[in-house]
Amino acid sequence: MRGLAVFISDIRNCKSKEAEIKRINKELANIRSKFKGDKALDGYSKKKYVCKLLFIFLLGHDIDFGHMEAVNLLSSNKYTEKQIGYLFISVLVNSNSELIRLINNAIKNDLSSRNPTFMCLALHCIANVGSREMAEAFAGEIPRILVAGDTMDSVKQSAALCLLRLYKTSPDLVLMGEWTSRVVHLLNDQHMGVVTAAISLITCLSQKNPDEFKTCVSLAVSRLSRIVSSASTDLQDYTYYFVPAPWLSCKLLRLLQCYPPPEDGAVKGRLVECLETILNKAQEPPKSKKVQHSNAKNAILFEAISLIIHYDSEPNLLVRACNQLGQFLQHRETNLRYLALESMCTLASSEFSHEAVKTHIETVINALKTERDVSVRQRAADLLYAMCDRSNAKQIVAEMLSYLETADYSIREEMVLKVAILAEKYAVDYSWYVDTILNLIRIAGDYVSEEVWYRVIQIVINRDDVQGYAAKTVFEALQAPACHENMVKVGGYILGEFGNLIAGDPRSSPLVQFNLLHSKFHLCSVPTRALLLSAYIKFINLFPETKSTIQEVLRSDSQIRNSDVELQQRAVEYLKLSSIASTDVLATVLEEMPPFPERESSILAKLKKKKGPGAVSVNELEEGKREGGELNGGGERGGDSSAIASTPSPSADLLGLRAGPPVTAAAPSAGSLLVDVFSEAGVNDDGFLRFVCKNNGVLFENQLLQIGIKSEYRQNLGRMYLFYGNKTSVQFVTFTTTVTCPGDTLVLEPLIEGGAQVQQVINIECLTDFSDAPLLNIKFRYGGALQNLTLKLPVTINKFFQPTEMASHDFFQRWKQLSLPQQEAQKIFKANHAMDTEVLKAKLLGLGMALLENVDPNPENFVCAGVIQTKAQQVGSLLRLEPNAQAQMYRLTVRSSKDTVSKRLCELLAEQF
Amino acid sequence: MIGGLFIYNHKGEVLISRVYRDDIGRNAVDAFRVNVIHARQQVRSPVTNIARTSFFHIKRSNIWLAAVTKQNVNAAMVFEFLYKMCDVMTAYFGKISEENIKNNFVLIYELLDEILDFGYPQNSETGALKTFITQQGIKGQPQTKEEQSQITSQVTGQIGWRREGIKYRRNELFLDVLESVNLLMSPQGQVLSAHVSGRVVMKSYLSGMPECKFGMNDKIVIDKQGKGGTTDDPGKSGKQSIAIDDCTFHQCVRLSKFDSERSISFIPPDGEYELMRYRTTKDIILPFRVIPLVREVGRTKLEVKVVIKSNFKPSLLAQKIEVRIPTPLNTSGVQVICMKGKAKYKASENAIVWKIKRMAGMKESQISAEIELLPTNDKKKWARPPISMNFEVPFAPSGLKVRYLKVFESKLNYSDHDVIKWVRYIGRSGIYETRC
Repeated sequence: MRGLAVFISDIRNCKSKEAEIKRINKELANIRSKFKGDKALDGYSKKKYVCKLLFIFLLGHDIDFGHMEAVNLLSSNKYTEKQIGYLFISVLVNSNSELIRLINNAIKNDLSSRNPTFMCLALHCIANVGSREMAEAFAGEIPRILVAGDTMDSVKQSAALCLLRLYKTSPDLVLMGEWTSRVVHLLNDQHMGVVTAAISLITCLSQKNPDEFKTCVSLAVSRLSRIVSSASTDLQDYTYYFVPAPWLSCKLLRLLQCYPPPEDGAVKGRLVECLETILNKAQEPPKSKKVQHSNAKNAILFEAISLIIHYDSEPNLLVRACNQLGQFLQHRETNLRYLALESMCTLASSEFSHEAVKTHIETVINALKTERDVSVRQRAADLLYAMCDRSNAKQIVAEMLSYLETADYSIREEMVLKVAILAEKYAVDYSWYVDTILNLIRIAGDYVSEEVWYRVIQIVINRDDVQGYAAKTVFEALQAPACHENMVKVGGYILGEFGNLIAGDPRSSPLVQFNLLHSKFHLCSVPTRALLLSAYIKFINLFPETKSTIQEVLRSDSQIRNSDVELQQRAVEYLKLSSIASTDVLATVLEEMPPFPERESSILAKLKKKKGPGAVSVNELEEGKREGGELNGGGERGGDSSAIASTPSPSADLLGLRAGPPVTAAAPSAGSLLVDVFSEAGVNDDGFLRFVCKNNGVLFENQLLQIGIKSEYRQNLGRMYLFYGNKTSVQFVTFTTTVTCPGDTLVLEPLIEGGAQVQQVINIECLTDFSDAPLLNIKFRYGGALQNLTLKLPVTINKFFQPTEMASHDFFQRWKQLSLPQQEAQKIFKANHAMDTEVLKAKLLGLGMALLENVDPNPENFVCAGVIQTKAQQVGSLLRLEPNAQAQMYRLTVRSSKDTVSKRLCELLAEQF
Repeated sequence: MIGGLFIYNHKGEVLISRVYRDDIGRNAVDAFRVNVIHARQQVRSPVTNIARTSFFHIKRSNIWLAAVTKQNVNAAMVFEFLYKMCDVMTAYFGKISEENIKNNFVLIYELLDEILDFGYPQNSETGALKTFITQQGIKGQPQTKEEQSQITSQVTGQIGWRREGIKYRRNELFLDVLESVNLLMSPQGQVLSAHVSGRVVMKSYLSGMPECKFGMNDKIVIDKQGKGGTTDDPGKSGKQSIAIDDCTFHQCVRLSKFDSERSISFIPPDGEYELMRYRTTKDIILPFRVIPLVREVGRTKLEVKVVIKSNFKPSLLAQKIEVRIPTPLNTSGVQVICMKGKAKYKASENAIVWKIKRMAGMKESQISAEIELLPTNDKKKWARPPISMNFEVPFAPSGLKVRYLKVFESKLNYSDHDVIKWVRYIGRSGIYETRC
């Protein structure tokens, strides 16, 4: 096609854009006149002009004619003409109804022809266009070609890839059928190209329909083992720099990652053997110095390692993988170091390899300090976070803190959060925790979010043992000439609460404390000033001697007439309060803050909401995670966290954090972030105690699951309804609950759909008195990770109470009858809740006994009577509760005809008030 | 102020790069190349803002001239400077081409040092520049001390544009009134917009330091003089005075006098220069009328007929007439018939170009064309761009007339009558378009 060559060289020689446009206009006019001309063009010139049009289009000009000529070319018998026609159609096709019909017709003809090259061309065109119309027309045809026995290998390859493309664009149109099973057998094909093409298709299909393609696992394993064990010369064309079929191997390994470890022992053995061979090969000296050789080898290795991590069941392999990665940590290739750190992150969360990962701590710390590439440093920080546990927390936190001073600005906030979380989670003594957080504020105050310092205050307030130390430390920290505003906030709060603990020391006398705080006042923002004002009024309560000084400050114009309404109001109110209220009132109003209810760490709550610095919102990530779960075919991948950790976004790890608060590094499995919550707490107790006095409510709740409970009791029988609510949008698979109590076991096997609720009924019969509640064990798979949870069912002896009304003298008569020392159980304890009579009454009624009015001579006291109904016997019980409002104490006395019952009741009730 | 000035060839290679201020970095050169010269879409705006840096560019044939600044400068000033610079370069070495710029780069840098100082435009009068920036080598004509000091006093003096002691045997001056007329007309013949922008260019070869006075038929002057005033040829053009919308003068014109008396008096520079520029919008004589007729015959055919009528005195001859009739983008063939001149379908420009060498006033000529179209898939309708026209006529379409140009030289003994004066009017088409 000389004309085309001349035209292209003309265009290339154009000196300016204008000249180029002129040349193109001229050519277009020429082509138009040719196409318009009366005499029919021969195939050659048609091809030439269509080529020119294509070239012009690719230069960025609009082409609005010539489609018809291109379609005509499709019906040509010459390969080159057909090829150009298809090329033009693939590039320029738009959903033009009449043309699409013609094109589809031509494609259909080619597909049914026996000529393999024509078939390939047609398949390529379908894949390139990939439109819905195409899918509608050919989605049925292509699978047939793919599995037909007489199809050529090259056509099979094209058909597999074409089907993959159609499946990706319009999955609803590609229907599964009997061809699916035959597609799997393509893995056995002689031709490696066909296998490679088919495996891409199978991987994609099996992610959506894991069950239908289950059989591919064993085929893939055998194929893999053949490749791995073959000498490099066996697969002549498919050997790439001495590595046999690297792409195919990677794809096979990736396919296997869609499924759980094979159950068949032989297959599993073979696979393990393969993986071992791959790991062995990594140790061999390279056969070539070329970078392609090592790249191909490492690609397989990394894919194998992620499969090992996915299976998470072969301690031996996991440790070997870890050691291999450890070698890469010191490789001079930056990319390898990055990948090694990344993979190690996921390895760290596996219980088998956690210890192995920990041995590399020095290297990782070194990487954090010396790596030149920020993304590698980021990975190193992630890994440090992942490998942290109680044994090395101090070292890691110290390293991270020291790194923070020089860290890149982009990752500082994340680092701060990580340090804060690690410090809290693995705090052995809380003075260390306080030190760490204050250091954190000192080093990177700007990046310390509100939640971090809220948290430190919560902890200090809840722990009596660190209060004095915290006050001393903040006092010292505030001595620094310039300290961060967050430090002032923490200081203001803690000194306001616990300044009295260090006031004994003349160096930190009340006035010194106040002056120190007030010296920072003017440099702070309005919210901090407001906080400081509150601290001042607390000082007035703590140290009456500072009253006049503080009142002076509050009275000054800059406070009492402050333009900020909040500050002004505080100043005015505090001033009035301090001048008119008596010391007693002040003491009540400004009492030390009560302990915060133990709840989820506010930092973690913040992390939940926080959008990752990588600009990926948590929601998106969450979706990504769910998708990950789905893609894993109902979730057999090495758990979510492996998927997450392999996401190269800096927020990935934050997600890991938010999934569950205490991520122990010694997690039993990769995806068991949540399991840890429970395994640390052992059997979950708090829920249990709440149900002593009530029958309905929420027994347990976390990010995944909510368990509601409803129960009713009559005599010695009870019925309990358990409601399992799935809070995620993903199915829980193999949801199993087991109730164990000394006696019988109940097993139920429901499957909980995403967002659905399942009800379970448990019938209970009290045979005899008991003290240990039945245990409810729940196991399910969420996104591939096995979740295991054990709860105490709130079935207590008091549930079987039958209230007994009796008069005063009856009561005391019986009381005296039960006078044997073992029949009585008594406990004196401090009140946990406010001593409200009504609340107490309600609680006692909830207990199931009859509350007897006007029995006890002291109206403050409560007495109750009831009979516990068991199958074997009835146990009468009497109860007397004597509150002491001044001391905030109770004395509880329980007498019953059976000593164990008295004891148990006493134990149960002591926790309730 | 201008931070730097770059000259590129058509490929975007830098030929001249002169940076006047530190805020313009080296990367500015590349930024302009990448974002304007090599831009995907053709950049039509003459001012481009890239990363808070403004680039003002003009194009002369294949050469790009770009002035760069980070400040908020007067864009008109920058463009005026660029045009002036083109004039200066043309005066020194002729056509602005890559070849010429490469051959004269030392000279150009020398000129740039002189006409722009720290980004502020300086004296860009070619006559003055030529006295001290010469193209000969040092050995050519060594200047004496006196000459040098004379140059200094002239350039820094009050009349920087003219040196003293000029002597001509024949005192001559040429006056050209050059106008370009712009028009947009509706198919029905209604004038949608029209204006004339004109220039008075003077070439003077006068001895000594002559004082000149220029008079034209400015409406304000004529009205002031009243009906009794002297008029050159009353009744000939049918109207006597024109309303000038705005005008600018060469720096030699005494503006104070123009403001008070509306008289244009000046000491002219030697050689060629532009005395004034003006613009009028009222009572424009449109030299040609274009009457288009377009008929679509089905989807595949288009018939076009265009008639042009000349609308001036029959004794005058218009020249270089060219009518450009755009054709649709899916044209596949064209047949043209015309009475006069030559017509041709130019595929590269998507237009039929009809050329007529000469045409007298009050005449009429027509062309008809049959355009064959190729049916396309695109439903887009052809936008029908306007028919444009080029021509040259020997009169001023604005109606401007030079009434007098008086020369006084008190020291040398030649009078106004001894000066030979030539006046010429040329009217050209600017954007002269008729919608069809």
